[in-house]
Amino acid sequence: MRASTKEFSLMQPSAEEHDHPTVATYLAIAVILTVITVVEVGIFYVPAFAAIMAPALIILSATKFTLVVMFYMHLKSDHRLFTMVFTLPLMIASAVIVALLFLFGVFVLG
Amino acid sequence: MMTTAAAHYTSTGLDNRKIAFWTFIGSECLLFGSLIATYLVYEGRSVSGPTTHEILNIPLTSVSTFDLLMSSLCMVLALAAVQRGDRLQSRLWLGMTALLGAVFLGFQAYEFTQFVHEGLGFTTNLFGSTFFTLTGFHGAHVFVGVTWLLTLLVRSFQGKLGPEKALNVEIAGLYWHFVDVVWIVIFTVVYLIQTTPLPAGG
Repeated sequence: MRASTKEFSLMQPSAEEHDHPTVATYLAIAVILTVITVVEVGIFYVPAFAAIMAPALIILSATKFTLVVMFYMHLKSDHRLFTMVFTLPLMIASAVIVALLFLFGVFVLG
Repeated sequence: MMTTAAAHYTSTGLDNRKIAFWTFIGSECLLFGSLIATYLVYEGRSVSGPTTHEILNIPLTSVSTFDLLMSSLCMVLALAAVQRGDRLQSRLWLGMTALLGAVFLGFQAYEFTQFVHEGLGFTTNLFGSTFFTLTGFHGAHVFVGVTWLLTLLVRSFQGKLGPEKALNVEIAGLYWHFVDVVWIVIFTVVYLIQTTPLPAGG
């Protein structure tokens, strides 16, 4: 059943999306992703970074993850519902990983 | 830009196919989360080799990671081309994305073959079982993505992939970028962050 014109127009603001990023933005993101990957590999090979390797690599990886999701998957400009549908399972998955690592003694408290 | 939901009524005002696909991607997060957790729990607990330090080829995997990142760039360029009705560019970038995906699969096949030659099979040790399961599942997803992209390329050559079908390309792109972000995590936790193996029997 089709909605009335009034009902449909009320529905549209929630369906509104902003423009997707431009080609220049896509290229800039690709350059940033490449630079981060080079830095990651550099951190792996340079012994001076051994002490901070794991946290540094996790932060860099999370940055790459976020850039791809925000700009290439358009979550930055798309409706918030898509962000929620993606973020909730992602948080559950992250919690499962951390919980299992604690449960199996990979992380030790205290 | 308005979604294609503007063309037909939906209770949210958003296209149902896109909501469904984001939900599917959410479920995929749980799948890969469990596989990554399993790998991390067992990492460094193999009682016999070969282990991560002895066998992982970081230079090779760095190149394949770059390859997959560039495929994501090609994918968004393909979507932009389809949205503006540029058939030549859309075919070029769809083809490039599929090609880079196939190259990634080639890297993975080479890596797996090398590992087997060096004595690491699926049942050799805990590392072998969890590594092949995790990266194998990811590789299977890449294969599905390449097949999907080639299907879109064929549709484009048939003249059936105009701007009105941009959502089809956008959904394929969501899948492809998800495969990319999963690899971003795998590259870090499996290849770059390697724990010291426990003593034998540990």
